[in-house]
Amino acid sequence: MSRTKWILFSLPLIGFAVMVYFFGSAIGNDPSVLPSTRIDKPMPAFELPTLENPDQTVTQVSLKGPVLLNVWATWCPTCIVEHPLLVELSRRGIPMVGLNYKDEPDAARKYLEINGNPFKWNIADVKGDLGLDLGVYGAPETYLIDAEGKIRHRFVGAITPDVWRKELWPQWQAIGGVQPDDTAAGQGG
Amino acid sequence: MPERAACGKVSGDFLKVGRLAGRESQVIPEIGHFAIVMALIMAGLQAVLPLAGAAIMNERWMAVARPAAYGQFGFLLFAFVCLTLAFVNNDFTVAYVAGNSNTLLPLGYKISAVWGGHEGSLLLWALVLGGWTAAVAYWSKPLPQVIAARVLGVMGLIAIGFVSFLLFTSNPFDRLLPDFPPDGGDLNPLLQDFGLIVHPPMLYMGYVGFSVAFAFAIAGLLGGRLDSAWARWSRPWTTVAWCFLTIGIALGSWWAYYELGWGGWWFWDPVENASFMPWLAGTALMHSLAVTEKRGVFKAWTVLLAITAFSLSLLGTFLVRSGVLTSVHAFAADPERGYFILVFLVLVVGGSLLLFLLRAQALNVESRYDLYSREMFLLLNNIVLICATGLVLAGTLYPILFDVLEWGKISVGPPYFNTVFVPIALATMLLTGVGPLVNWKRQQMALLRRTLAQALVISLALAGLALWVFNAGWNWLVFVSLGLCVWVTWIMLSDAWKKIRTAKAGFVAGVQRLSRSYWGMVIAHLGLVVCVAGVTMTSTYDVERDVRMAAGDSAQIGPYQFLFEGVEDIRGPNYQSTRANVVVTLDGEQVAVLRPEKRRYLIRRDVMTEAAIDPGFTRDLYVALGEPLPDGSWAVRLYYKPFMRWVWGGGMIMALGGFIALSDRRYRLKVKEGASRVVDNLAGGRA
Amino acid sequence: MMRWMLLSLMLTCGIAFATIDAYEFKTPDDEQRFRVLVEELRCPKCQNQNIADSNAGLAKDIKDRVHRLINEGKDNGEITDYMVERYGDFITYRPPVRPVTWFLWFGPFVLALLAAFIIFMIKLRQKSPSIIQVTPEQEAKVQELLKKLDQSDKQS
Repeated sequence: MSRTKWILFSLPLIGFAVMVYFFGSAIGNDPSVLPSTRIDKPMPAFELPTLENPDQTVTQVSLKGPVLLNVWATWCPTCIVEHPLLVELSRRGIPMVGLNYKDEPDAARKYLEINGNPFKWNIADVKGDLGLDLGVYGAPETYLIDAEGKIRHRFVGAITPDVWRKELWPQWQAIGGVQPDDTAAGQGG
Repeated sequence: MPERAACGKVSGDFLKVGRLAGRESQVIPEIGHFAIVMALIMAGLQAVLPLAGAAIMNERWMAVARPAAYGQFGFLLFAFVCLTLAFVNNDFTVAYVAGNSNTLLPLGYKISAVWGGHEGSLLLWALVLGGWTAAVAYWSKPLPQVIAARVLGVMGLIAIGFVSFLLFTSNPFDRLLPDFPPDGGDLNPLLQDFGLIVHPPMLYMGYVGFSVAFAFAIAGLLGGRLDSAWARWSRPWTTVAWCFLTIGIALGSWWAYYELGWGGWWFWDPVENASFMPWLAGTALMHSLAVTEKRGVFKAWTVLLAITAFSLSLLGTFLVRSGVLTSVHAFAADPERGYFILVFLVLVVGGSLLLFLLRAQALNVESRYDLYSREMFLLLNNIVLICATGLVLAGTLYPILFDVLEWGKISVGPPYFNTVFVPIALATMLLTGVGPLVNWKRQQMALLRRTLAQALVISLALAGLALWVFNAGWNWLVFVSLGLCVWVTWIMLSDAWKKIRTAKAGFVAGVQRLSRSYWGMVIAHLGLVVCVAGVTMTSTYDVERDVRMAAGDSAQIGPYQFLFEGVEDIRGPNYQSTRANVVVTLDGEQVAVLRPEKRRYLIRRDVMTEAAIDPGFTRDLYVALGEPLPDGSWAVRLYYKPFMRWVWGGGMIMALGGFIALSDRRYRLKVKEGASRVVDNLAGGRA
Repeated sequence: MMRWMLLSLMLTCGIAFATIDAYEFKTPDDEQRFRVLVEELRCPKCQNQNIADSNAGLAKDIKDRVHRLINEGKDNGEITDYMVERYGDFITYRPPVRPVTWFLWFGPFVLALLAAFIIFMIKLRQKSPSIIQVTPEQEAKVQELLKKLDQSDKQS
């Protein structure tokens, strides 16, 4: 009897302890970050013009890696923040393709002219259709695509030297990405 | 002063303000800050001395409780006035004022802006807690000193937590010196509204009010005294808090309905859930307290509910202010604050549950009621309400659980809550109908069979009739739900009628002879009926249409014709607005002219939809203005919402019932400890 | 940096201005389905908002896509799956029923039924009338004391 009672009366405390454990672990997590559903899946099919030449269309076949796909737009302030680092990484030999997301092609071309162009070429996704198929929820986003054209990693937000060193560079190596000219990866930017 | 010169135009405005308000106004924030420090000291005194005094029976230490409680409240009130003055004086050197006000903001909103952000709303929290504490100090004079000392001591402990949270992580008086903005960032336009002036104070009165029931429970556990007298003392406090919470929730829903411009009135957002969970647990507590007061049973359960109701209030504070959940209404996320509240939560809730584990087992659980008895029905009511609380809790916390366990991200929203709440609502209504008929201790159900059968027939008939009159198509769920509404109403009223008749003293005298708490119960339950009927009708039969309209276009919604006459530009104190004219006609007769606006606030550049609503007893007509379309027409959202007002009206009636029950004679009773102890010994010791 | 991100979030996610779009549908039934779907899909970009109420650009894109899929004749389940494929379970406000969400959907109900059942069984087993026999004297004493309490109230 009294043992049952002890168990019964300790249930609220136990339940509360479990809740506290979860709360404690949850503090500091950013609830707005979403994992990608496309990891280890092939790039979704698309057929879109390039930013450089509106008459030329590209498809997912053109995106064989290892390559870094960066979702950007001129209306996105965070993209402007990370841009210099992209230029630097590109200068050091990381192959990059841009996905110009819901942007004015003219403004985008001008932007690249002024701020430097880290991209080999850009997909012009004016309507955001490819963005939706990829599961893009906020520019900038950066995808790592392997040699088979599969998406292996996604990072949401501005790439900083720290993010590159700790998160993207190991992933980039894991998919057999080209070594940058400078072995001190990510020191720039 | 070099730092002022550096601010250019800034300094000019500030000096102007300084001149207008006098030099002393510039130190008001420091005085306010000091008042919070003093309140913390008072809370410390109020907690430590009386609790220690109660433990060693030192009367002089216990006597500190009351003056310290008044002092704490006084200092917090003073701090609150200081912050209000800082807002009124446009003192933008105070970071909180700069972030939440603006020179152009109308005075009324400057005052309500005091609780428009995290720091100020926390100060309001602390102030309300201080107010409750002072009220308990004032009205607890008939209580035995040791009990009053313990209750006030526990409330002092809670106050220590909140005031230090205020002081160390969220000081509303922090200065922005030397570089302060000339004009302030303005109050979020959503909050520039009457609803937001009254909603948070009401809500906090409710939330924080449960701290009294909590303090009584802890005091009872500490002293080992949990009897009918204890229940009688904590019951009115619980009821008042519950009434305020009910009003607060209803106001919040009403505000969301007209201010957000989406036409919804309940979103199951974590912030709403944070207020709904204490309400559900508090409702369970009220019913359980009734049993403990009348029959002296369910003691441990009642204590647990008192702890739970207040813990859920604290949990809500944590969820809203720690950034673990995303919500439309959440305050800015700050992990430091999150950890602070979590530690506080562990101390308060963990501590009280531990105390519960150690002390509550000794409580007498001998049951003296039958399977069919009022006690059992109230127990079932409690199970249903706690199940509802558990559903809301699970739905609110599951996304966190998934995130922490790295199972991915999920969302739990209205489709979940609306689905699981259907059986809850139906079960509640079914029980609400039967419960009040059943006798305490034991009831021969055979005696009720006729009444219940009669009620069932009438329910089915009237629900069918109502659906036929409303003429909007057959729906089983609506039929059952309305049937249960009739069920509760019929049983309540016929029972009251029977009781009046047995008094054999004429109608008025008969009504008066029944106790206020009986009438309060009847009215609160009828309020529930009104609310459920409103929810059922409006969520099933509302009609929404998004249409494009150019000047001269009209659209048909239900029987109503909406004619869009065009837009005009108008100018408000701190916004510019485009206002549309929509004429609503029914069978060619004009019903209303609705003027929805699209406001652009000048400082924050926020665009706000100000919906125009024609409220009515049986329906609301609602127009919100969307975007201008390339061809010069406008996207317009039109709503026909049947019985919308019933939802909040029901809430208000429930609260009214609570207040009527409160005015019952026996709560004004001066309880003599000796006498109540004898009663208790008889009630509890007979087994 | 953080401030930039917050700014960009705010720019695209003003919470208080309802978006209202006029979409054309083949049948009123489709329009009704659309309304249900956009209320059950969560805007991945914003705070806690469905795509019907959100004015984020992405919410508009998703609405457009839902509109297109409806006009292509897809049913509600297919459209939800389509979005879940792209954005994960996060996108739907209706959590899927899977073993890991059983507790969410059924847990509280099962516990409540269990509690009710246990209490029912206990009460049923207490066959003997559980009313404690109170002697008339005791009962009278209680009543007398209660009356006294009431009177002391009247006097005050």
